Amino acid sequence: MAAPTDIASDITPEAEASRTDAAYGGAMSNAPALELRGLWRKFGDKIAVSGIDIVVPAGSFYGLVGPNGAGKTTTLSMATGLLQPDFGTVLVHGHDLWASPVEVKAMLGVLPDGVRLFDRLTGEQLITYAGLLQGLDRETVAARTTDLLAALDLTADATKLVVEYSAGMTKKVALACALVHAPRLLVLDEPFEAVDPVSAANIRDILGSYVRSGGTVIVSSHVMDLVQRMCDHVAVIAAGHVLAAGTIDEVRGDGSLEDRFVDLVGGRVSGEGLAWLRTSSA
Amino acid sequence: MVAHLVRLKLALLRNGLRRSPWQVVGLVVAALYGLGALVVVIVSMAVLSVQEPDIRGLVTVLLGSVLVLGWWVVPLIAFGLDSTIDPARFVTFAIPRRSLLTGLALAGVIGVPGAATVGAALAMAGVWWRTPAALVVGLLCSVVAVATCVIGARATTSAASTLVTGRRFREVMAAVAVLPLIVVGPLLGRLTSGATVTADLLEQVADVLAWTPFGASWAVPDAVAEGRWGLAAARLGIAVATLVVVAVVWDRALAHALVNPAHQKVSSKGRGLGWFDRLPATPLGAVTARCLTYWARDPRYALAVAVVPVLAVVLYIVSPGGGLVLLIGPIAGYLMGWGISADVAYDGTAFWTHVAAPLRGSADRLGRVIAAGSIAVPAVTLLTVGSALITDQPETIPALLGLSFGVLLTSLGGSSVLSALVVYPVQLPGENPFQTKQGASTASVVSQLVGWLAVMVLCLPEMILALVAVRGGSLALGWVTLLVGVVLGSVLLAIGVRVGGRTLDRTAPGLLSKIVAFA
Repeated sequence: MAAPTDIASDITPEAEASRTDAAYGGAMSNAPALELRGLWRKFGDKIAVSGIDIVVPAGSFYGLVGPNGAGKTTTLSMATGLLQPDFGTVLVHGHDLWASPVEVKAMLGVLPDGVRLFDRLTGEQLITYAGLLQGLDRETVAARTTDLLAALDLTADATKLVVEYSAGMTKKVALACALVHAPRLLVLDEPFEAVDPVSAANIRDILGSYVRSGGTVIVSSHVMDLVQRMCDHVAVIAAGHVLAAGTIDEVRGDGSLEDRFVDLVGGRVSGEGLAWLRTSSA
Repeated sequence: MVAHLVRLKLALLRNGLRRSPWQVVGLVVAALYGLGALVVVIVSMAVLSVQEPDIRGLVTVLLGSVLVLGWWVVPLIAFGLDSTIDPARFVTFAIPRRSLLTGLALAGVIGVPGAATVGAALAMAGVWWRTPAALVVGLLCSVVAVATCVIGARATTSAASTLVTGRRFREVMAAVAVLPLIVVGPLLGRLTSGATVTADLLEQVADVLAWTPFGASWAVPDAVAEGRWGLAAARLGIAVATLVVVAVVWDRALAHALVNPAHQKVSSKGRGLGWFDRLPATPLGAVTARCLTYWARDPRYALAVAVVPVLAVVLYIVSPGGGLVLLIGPIAGYLMGWGISADVAYDGTAFWTHVAAPLRGSADRLGRVIAAGSIAVPAVTLLTVGSALITDQPETIPALLGLSFGVLLTSLGGSSVLSALVVYPVQLPGENPFQTKQGASTASVVSQLVGWLAVMVLCLPEMILALVAVRGGSLALGWVTLLVGVVLGSVLLAIGVRVGGRTLDRTAPGLLSKIVAFA
């Protein structure tokens, strides 16, 4: 199996950066990779996201954490052009996403959660499809597809239909689709869910070297421990608001991220409650 | 425990109704339909009970057999119709199998078909009121018959589902099952118009059915009424044996399913990159390749293609040698062109791939049109020329081709615009094509109707030309029709793709969030 670092050296966000910046007539390297300003979104009567501001510095590994139903997926969908915000602005490297979606989306690699893939394609076809939609040429797509399949341990299943993949394999092939065009900003919603520990470690390596080579990653996760070890920045959101944001050390203070998260979000119930659950009492 | 399962079924029914007003409408319509059928049965049974000569036995056996057969076979074709109380969902609960069996059987009676069946069975027993002994036996046999219906349905479905867990098999079965149903109506019409159904024939059929698992329980009271107790006992034996056999089959299948939960078998493999290798490596080429792959691999598209030849056969059966067959070209053009009007809905939430990519709406539209067109153009040409040759009217070919292509191109353009504006819930790939998706809104019905009207109006020039050319037998006018159809159709298609592309650039995220909300 190819070492994960091969991927990162092959697909560097910097090469793509010069391309996209040239299209805007100048370098914009000072702008944050992603800036969300006052995002609001309502579904029916329920306000899912109410005024979220997040600044993701370029070159950072940013974690987005929050309890179930906090608005993480809604926020990330609006940040990637999948969901129109009711109010607010999304700036990707200084460019307004919702003002010129086609141009800005080329800079983004997206892994959404809770949606299907074109699962009647084989894994190999699906990654090829994602690459071609991004406007890559045939040789580049073919080479990168082979690399990605190897790095994510999917080579043996490359010719199998995605509909027959397990949940973890589906997650991995979706991640490959997000990576294939070497985007400047990766937005990954729950990338480690259902992924086995070995693959998860490989993915962490890939993302780590991607960040070291100048790329920016934003991930959402439930696993505090993972975020604390992997990310350098974090934002805690709950009920559609940002409760805390900054570098990991700023947010967690003296304790662990998990303790701080529980403090911020609240809702811990004492484990003493379910007395009947003790097997001795039966 | 049995009461729990029945209560669960009722709660599921109630919650389903609470979810959407359309569910209520659906239930009311179904209830009215069931009630109507029941009233017809009760009235005819009442009339029958005083009818001379006595044909009570004949009618109850025939009707009852159809009822049992329906219960056994319809769920097989309409796979997983009632998955709310799928035994697989009880795998993790420690419920004694006997209770589960009884509970699920009783729960199966709840609902419109179950209630209507109980009513009909009681009415068919009531037909014997003039002979008290037969009435009592009849009531007992109705209970056996209803149990045979409900448990038999469970037995056939669970036995089949242990055989049929492969994805491909289920998809093909579901698609194939539709085809004979489409043909069977017209075919029956022709058969019955030829051979008159005599009372003798029915009598013979009923005599045979009385000895089969389908008719035995219904035939018992007839034998009792005639005082032939030996015959009655023999038929009752068959009926009870049938019930025991289906109960055992179901019990076995359930036992098997509870310890071997269904899982998808790994079967099909793709070969290489397929169309992605053969088409240009551009976003447009990629969309076209993906759509072509789906036309082949997704049974929902395959069904749209498969219906067309069946329709040709139907038209031919309805009017052999007549002019109706000539319509198959334009009809196929409309069906296949309009087929992509639900394309975005068919993509489902996977449509995010297009929304997240820097893909122009026009490339999305054009790719889908090229894929559909490359299948539809040869098919429509073949059907049009074939229909003209089969009816021995080769001089109509240019005019018909003009009309067919005009309709095809126009509807491709129309659906390019429509599918950028409206999405509605559709079956997911692999779901039963019989199951209409709940919550198809009025908007979707109206938009389909408006789209259909628009296509008709826009095709008027070539329609009129084709009509005049075919009626008058003018070959020159036929060539004019071909020219008008192709040119006008192409212009409309170009406009459709352009407008649809611009619209999609604006509406894509909105469409996606609607699709996500359906799921």
